[in-house]
Amino acid sequence: MTVELAIVGAGPAGMAAAVLAAELGLETGLIDEQASPGGQIYRGIERSQPNSPLGPDYHAGRPLAAALRESRVEYRPGTTLWHVDPEGALYLESGGRTEMLTARRILLATGAFERPVPIPGWKLPGIMGAGAAQILLKTGDLVPEGRVVLAGQGPLLYLFAAQLARAGAPPVALFETTPPENYLGAARLGGGLWSGRRMLLKGLRLMLAVKRARIPIRRAVRGLRALGGRNFERIAWEGGELAADHLFLHEGVIPNVQVSLALQLRHEWDEGQLCWRPALDPWGQTSLANIFIVGDGGGIAGAEAAALSGRLAALAAAAQLDHIGEAERDRRAVPIRAALDRELALRPFLDRLYRPAQSVLVPAEDEVIACRCEEVTVGRIRQAARLGAQGPNQLKSFTRCGMGPCQGRICGPIVSAVMAETLGKPIAEIGTYRPRAPFKPITVGALADLGADIADRHSEAQSPPATPDL
Amino acid sequence: MFRLRPEGDPATIAVVVEGRTTLVPAGASAAAAVLLAGFRSIRETPVQGSERAPYCMMGVCFDCLAEIDGVPNRQSCMIEARPGMQIRRQIRARKVDPAA
Repeated sequence: MTVELAIVGAGPAGMAAAVLAAELGLETGLIDEQASPGGQIYRGIERSQPNSPLGPDYHAGRPLAAALRESRVEYRPGTTLWHVDPEGALYLESGGRTEMLTARRILLATGAFERPVPIPGWKLPGIMGAGAAQILLKTGDLVPEGRVVLAGQGPLLYLFAAQLARAGAPPVALFETTPPENYLGAARLGGGLWSGRRMLLKGLRLMLAVKRARIPIRRAVRGLRALGGRNFERIAWEGGELAADHLFLHEGVIPNVQVSLALQLRHEWDEGQLCWRPALDPWGQTSLANIFIVGDGGGIAGAEAAALSGRLAALAAAAQLDHIGEAERDRRAVPIRAALDRELALRPFLDRLYRPAQSVLVPAEDEVIACRCEEVTVGRIRQAARLGAQGPNQLKSFTRCGMGPCQGRICGPIVSAVMAETLGKPIAEIGTYRPRAPFKPITVGALADLGADIADRHSEAQSPPATPDL
Repeated sequence: MFRLRPEGDPATIAVVVEGRTTLVPAGASAAAAVLLAGFRSIRETPVQGSERAPYCMMGVCFDCLAEIDGVPNRQSCMIEARPGMQIRRQIRARKVDPAA
């Protein structure tokens, strides 16, 4: 099957881009791994109840999902992208069947995930990301039982603390890891405070809600360690220890660049957000002319900015494929860019305020697991670097780090940071993993299914039919 | 160690987790079903056999791997619970069945 525009990911960016692109007359396909639209930020949005403890910002996702349902977009839930070739072929898997979709333009809206927080003991059951625990609340109304501790920093940590309190499961403690010098650094930036006042106010209200719920907050916490036997039992820090049943960690989110790295698009190290991000033009176009990246996958800016960036890319794709003229593209882009500027105004302040401490990026303790899949410790990464491993890709053959099922998604940021520190080089120079297909595991049966598909295409194009060559 | 919020959607979907019938609300993931069934961990790693629970819940970390309807190594956080779904914890690496 062929479409003009294939969009990967049905979060705010992908939904907004798809709806506008279809409105502009583009034949648009939207592929998403989940069973219903929303991405992670609006996960489970179609089932949300108005009185849910998740609050108004979450419900803001409803109109986007409704617009998608009403649009002419060919929306394919439950579909996984496992390979994409730069010429515009997407290899999909759904229900054990494989299919190839060709597209004149590809728009990746693969979003963000929580930055790994490699503290000692972070692999113990009972510990998960704060965003992960929030997803349990969004999708199934699950709340943690027992004593809950939230640790880390960033708006989501306060948001989730308030949501848990509203859900009748207030945390027994919130440990904020923001280093004191961050406040000064952020205050010096100051500039975006007025234009970003709406967002700033929202943040202050959140902090107030946490205070009103009487959740004890401990600030400038250092040296977090999770202790336990088979399961998490206690959280320790420089100066104390507390028994708990759940620990939810959060140090902000980073772009999910697995697919864009595999495509070898140009990426740069973002020193402000401490993450890799694809190089994009003002329309979201990547270093490959037919591929766009929108939303948090192109740099962290939040859900509302994601939808706006999705619309800009839809306009650009529509103009490139002659559905609208460049003048109309530019005219329609003006209010979108103005709204985007307002959304981005506070970002440098937030990035500086919630900049993770170096001890979070590079654990001091050698025994901390960096690669959760292959159980490779930070100490072994340091050792391999000293033995001559030049970068993350060579490190794989030294240690198997990054070679488990997650394919380096979780350990990637840790590995780059540890190697940079050990070798005394900037992260930009160390680089990161080069992921490869399949992006997600597929069965041999599903692959064989594709063989039949390719054979059909060959027999249409040439005779006699070619043997499928995988 | 997780429970359902009493004011939330009723749990109407019956799945089977390690032989135990567990009721979950529509929209809940297979990973959520395992946690609701009372398991703290969902898999044992192939390397050291250490126990793990779902960590990211968004399809990134692969710490929620489980056997779902007979297929091992599935990302249970990305799969919605369906009536009658059979979910088993993933113990170490998948076994290759010589009879299959």
